[in-house]
Amino acid sequence: MKLNGARILLECLKREGVDTIFGYPGGTVINLYDELFSFKEIRHILPRHEQAGVHAADGYARATGKVGVAIATSGPGATNTITGIATAYMDSIPMVIITGQVPTALIGNDAFQEADIIGITRPCTKHNFLVKDVKDLATIMKKAFYIARTGRPGPVLVDLPKDVQIAQTEFHYPESVEIRGYKPTVEGHPKQIEKAVTMIMQAKKPVIYVGGGVILGNAAAELVALAKRLGIPVTTTLMGLGSYPENDPHSLGLLGMHGTYYANMAVSHCDMLIAIGARFDDRVTGKIASFAPHAKIVHVDVDPTSIKKNVRVDLPIVGDVRDVLVKMLKVADEIGPDAKACQAALAPWIAEIDEWKQKHPMTYKQATSVIKPQYVIQRLRALSDPDAIVATDVGQHQMWTAQFFGFTTPRTLLSSGGLGTMGFGLPAAMGAQAGFPDRQVMVVCGDGGFQMNMQELATIVQNRLNVKIVILNNNFLGMVRQWQELFFDKRYSSTCMELPIDFIKLAEAFGATGLQATKVEEVDEVIKKGFATKGPVLMEFKVAREEKVLPMVPAGASLTEMVLAS
Amino acid sequence: MRHTIAVLVENEFGVLSRVVGLFSGRGFNIDSLTVAPTNDEALSRITLVTRGDEQIIEQITKQLNKLIDVIKVIDFEPEHAIEREMVLVKVSAEEQSRAEVLRIADIFRAKVIDVTPKSYTLEATGAPAKVSAMVELLRPLGLKELVSTGPVVIGRGAKAWKG
Repeated sequence: MKLNGARILLECLKREGVDTIFGYPGGTVINLYDELFSFKEIRHILPRHEQAGVHAADGYARATGKVGVAIATSGPGATNTITGIATAYMDSIPMVIITGQVPTALIGNDAFQEADIIGITRPCTKHNFLVKDVKDLATIMKKAFYIARTGRPGPVLVDLPKDVQIAQTEFHYPESVEIRGYKPTVEGHPKQIEKAVTMIMQAKKPVIYVGGGVILGNAAAELVALAKRLGIPVTTTLMGLGSYPENDPHSLGLLGMHGTYYANMAVSHCDMLIAIGARFDDRVTGKIASFAPHAKIVHVDVDPTSIKKNVRVDLPIVGDVRDVLVKMLKVADEIGPDAKACQAALAPWIAEIDEWKQKHPMTYKQATSVIKPQYVIQRLRALSDPDAIVATDVGQHQMWTAQFFGFTTPRTLLSSGGLGTMGFGLPAAMGAQAGFPDRQVMVVCGDGGFQMNMQELATIVQNRLNVKIVILNNNFLGMVRQWQELFFDKRYSSTCMELPIDFIKLAEAFGATGLQATKVEEVDEVIKKGFATKGPVLMEFKVAREEKVLPMVPAGASLTEMVLAS
Repeated sequence: MRHTIAVLVENEFGVLSRVVGLFSGRGFNIDSLTVAPTNDEALSRITLVTRGDEQIIEQITKQLNKLIDVIKVIDFEPEHAIEREMVLVKVSAEEQSRAEVLRIADIFRAKVIDVTPKSYTLEATGAPAKVSAMVELLRPLGLKELVSTGPVVIGRGAKAWKG
């Protein structure tokens, strides 16, 4: 039977297991929306801005591990998606973005609402396609999903002209696709793995350094098994939080610019660094020349370009992190001493780390007169479900969440790590809640980031998404203010947001519940009430205005040059 | 270090801009670039010359390999490759220099492809060093216009590289 392009697209999505899409209609996707009107197998959520739609698809993908799907119309609709696409690209999130395009005959003619979205998104997508013929559509969709979810995942854009949506052809969805130039290396090289395990077992002061790749590769359980088997402590990047339980005694927590003292000291003193699915971001390494100066480095990554990009690597292993970790564990069992012996051999190193932990724990100065943001984060952890999903925006609250929430489960922290996108949190939480309607989902925002996409309150309310919104309000663009305080002589240029916004009324205006805490003793009460109240709730906490995120490694300094909290 | 890199790509629209965008986006420079179809009409071959230390060249080749439309990348070692470029050069040919232009053309086995009372236009092919040696000898005689293809490269020996 012949189907039109719009219907074919929806059939393709269905066959890829897509159950939820986030999209915004417009002239060039009106045919697609017309088909969607009677296509009940896919839930469509209408955001209030295309950027938020893409962030929502991103949050859905980060939380569920499935490919997120977003739709936008041509021209301004498509260009509005860029920040969302770039965010997903930097964090390797699997997504397919479908944009409408003017009819093929008009492409390149400066038609109404025309933008060269293929050209615009080339540097921030893993790949993109312009569908010129309806006969190619099904194969292109198959390729798009395959590329998005395999290898190092990423966003793939499909630009779909209006006439292709109308044109008809026989629908056949291919079982598989062959792409000559795309053959990701999935299996780690056995010889390299054996060499790595031997090297690791000879080390006296090893540290495992984990990035988002372990979460994306669904390899958290394998990571924990290997770390425990070998008795090696684990530090994670922001994107890696949740891959190793932070309540484990061998957890070093976050490292880098706002990492723990003990993680940064451990990395600076280790003789072996095992980097897994991490890319040595400058926020992690500090000054490259003094990063892990005594260490041999083993680097496991599915993306060969990540290896040796920023730091020297003694032993690279290209492959899917789960495959490599499983094989490493097997090799360790074959050639190494047992777990007890491994742990005993590393006892002096663990003792050294424990001393750092005791000397400079992750802490802050508690106050009774004013709410400390770190305290709110700790109370959120204490009063929320163990598997609660936390989205964040970008800035101080993001770092406090990373430092003090104590993540124990993968895919429970959704945060824009690579691009650092303000406005990401609220729509990402919305996407996660759409993916997991029965789980507790909250977003921790600053007052600044919240205002970047607060229109999504409307989407949340309309779709009855049970998102709990936490605003740590210090009336500042806090992180920039912190830098101005530390490095620009307190010249707070344009970082003060003094406008007295009534966030409670705002929430109510959108049909959500608004709660506020201004005193320390109100914090628990508001959180408990917020979580107990059905539907979307906005909880505003008026927090200490000039609180800083500490410890901190100033940009460009070595990890050992930390400004400490005490 | 100068490197000549050959990239075998799908013969589709937009591929060249992906390759070039990769260079511009990362601040790498391209000295020259040649693109044309191959014996397999589904494929095109890009030959580009770039510069960088070992680490930069490694990143360039890895990043090129990462592009979905790129099928193969080879960073040619000069001793294992044959490099050729073609140059068309228009030289003033006044009374006193006409014979000299022809002599130089003859030495470098260049062909005269256009003649006027005031100029010769020469076509020369060869290794980039040879071509540039000829151009340097012609320059003092009055170089009016020069256009070059930039080098293309093929590996030495019987082994072919078809993708």
